[in-house]
Amino acid sequence: MSVEVAISTQGLVKRFKGHRSTVTAVDSVSLEVKRGETFGLIGPDGAGKSTTTRVILGLLRRDAGTSTVLGYDSMRDVYEIRERTGYIAQQFTLPADMTVLENMRFFADLHGIPRKLQKSSIAELLKFAGLTEFTSRPAGRLSGGMKKKLALACSLIHKPQVVLLDEPTLGVDPVSRREFWNLLGNLRADQGLTIFVCTPYMDEAERCNKVGLIYKGRLIAQDTPAAIKKMVPGHLIEFKPTKFEPARQLMTGLPGILEVQTYGAMLHLFVDEIENRQKLIESVLQGQGIAWSGMRVIEPRMEEAFISLVKRQEAADHGQ
Amino acid sequence: MANKPLTAEESAGQNGDDPVIAEALTKRFGEFIAVDRVSFHIHPGEVFGWLGPNGAGKTTTIRMLLGLIRPSAGKVRVLGFDPVTQTKVMQGHVGYMSQLFTLYNDLTARENIHFYGRVYGLSRKALALRQEEIIQMAGLEGREDTLTANLSGGWKQRLALGCAIVHNPRVIFLDEPTAGVDAISRREFWGLIYAMANKGTTILVTTHYMDEAELCQRVGFINQGQLVAMGTPDELKQTHMRGQVLEIDTPEPDRAVRLLKNAQAKGSLPFDEVALYGAQIHVVVPSADEFLGPVRKLLESEAILVSNIVWIMPTLEDVFISTVRDPAEKALLTGD
Repeated sequence: MSVEVAISTQGLVKRFKGHRSTVTAVDSVSLEVKRGETFGLIGPDGAGKSTTTRVILGLLRRDAGTSTVLGYDSMRDVYEIRERTGYIAQQFTLPADMTVLENMRFFADLHGIPRKLQKSSIAELLKFAGLTEFTSRPAGRLSGGMKKKLALACSLIHKPQVVLLDEPTLGVDPVSRREFWNLLGNLRADQGLTIFVCTPYMDEAERCNKVGLIYKGRLIAQDTPAAIKKMVPGHLIEFKPTKFEPARQLMTGLPGILEVQTYGAMLHLFVDEIENRQKLIESVLQGQGIAWSGMRVIEPRMEEAFISLVKRQEAADHGQ
Repeated sequence: MANKPLTAEESAGQNGDDPVIAEALTKRFGEFIAVDRVSFHIHPGEVFGWLGPNGAGKTTTIRMLLGLIRPSAGKVRVLGFDPVTQTKVMQGHVGYMSQLFTLYNDLTARENIHFYGRVYGLSRKALALRQEEIIQMAGLEGREDTLTANLSGGWKQRLALGCAIVHNPRVIFLDEPTAGVDAISRREFWGLIYAMANKGTTILVTTHYMDEAELCQRVGFINQGQLVAMGTPDELKQTHMRGQVLEIDTPEPDRAVRLLKNAQAKGSLPFDEVALYGAQIHVVVPSADEFLGPVRKLLESEAILVSNIVWIMPTLEDVFISTVRDPAEKALLTGD
């Protein structure tokens, strides 16, 4: 195992047995996170993000495959992993009646850090998280964004080499979300920390070096954000028709139109080639007396790529 | 009934005015001013985004529009009604869906719709028809008799919307309707929003997802109780972004970002923000033309290869953050 690899899974499987049926929550997931990388595990609710994270950390038993953190086996070397990793569980809450400082001390004590050493590292982390002024405020009275920052500071108290964050920005407003990601950026740039983040927000993918898209327990793509965006078929044309539903039906199945997605009042068409297809689209709309506005070629974002990849996956599954 | 588009008169207020009007709307809680002289109109059939950080006054505004709390000052009209004095009659024409999706988990999807229909005073006969319309609209066919507790997030959300519009409201208030719902379900939900708007229903929606805000026809940014910007997403990108965004590609983003942050801390380059975006870096500068050269020069002086540096359009999130954050918080944003 190369020391350059921080997290690795090979054919990882996790099943949950129910009364009537067994659910495969994680289905042959093979992923690799290099040291110093920010890796985003991105997918909808129930896709298997949290389960994958918990199996990697050794909190859940795996049913097949392998999983390691810093070369340590998730099931065998639980304590080695725990010493070297930080973790924020989904919807994790800090003791609300304890102050910011008391929370930090509590986590430091849990990790067996001597009180003498605690003082300087706590001060440093509070400064990093912008919480120095709020040291004596009860955690329950912090804003949502500050709670997340405190949770992050607590997860870093034992100077881990890897942190795993399960939906750390859930329910946080855009300003706090940006602040939180800027903190993660600093951890990566200044300390070379390896960061593994689960998130349902497609735009957060842009802040990762590498992204794994997970859907129904399966990893459907794993690459840099730029490479994943290139996986969408062809080029993307956007426009707003006056008659939405008739226009959508007209566009579906036109030659050279590879995929039709809806985007609010707009249609997103993936085409094999821009110039001629745009002419075709315009003439078909005109022929049916449908007007449009704002027709332009746009760059696909992670969200368009994800939807496209999921649709292809589902089509392949149905074809089986 | 649901499938018949509203006439121009029905979409608008009683006197042909805009269906939602707030003028110098203010709400004080003791010393605290939650909403501070906010004025806006929402036009018939418009999808209007009401955006702001937590605690900015978004929900308080909606509650005043719904007649749930009384304004301290200013004027509100919803469909020409005064929500304070004409609460009951107004509420018969208004729908509301909160982020908490107040559904009964131990009822089936159909039973929830039926329950809300009866609450809104629909007759059993009218409801029998309407129920099927809602099930179809929300794409709940095949799940009508599933216990609500067993529906996944996207289904629940569409059911909650269905319950909120069971009485065919002409104005709908959606308070963070897509919180915690995945990208594919969000797309479907926005399809429903526009299907309603295209029939003349007027919609106010709050959201934390700035990519969703891009879907609104017009948005208002509220911060600390005050309306700080209003316009179409494209207008706001032109007029309300403080500075311009440069996107930098380099094989050494981590080292480059440290260097740029140093320059920011020393004040040698006037960056509003320096942030890592995966393998790229975004910096906000007063002028892209003026600072593109100096930024490149700084990086190259430390032997950092700049493969590409371009001026990019800000996202609505960039504009939002630049508009609402106060200078004191800037240090925090950069983490210094």
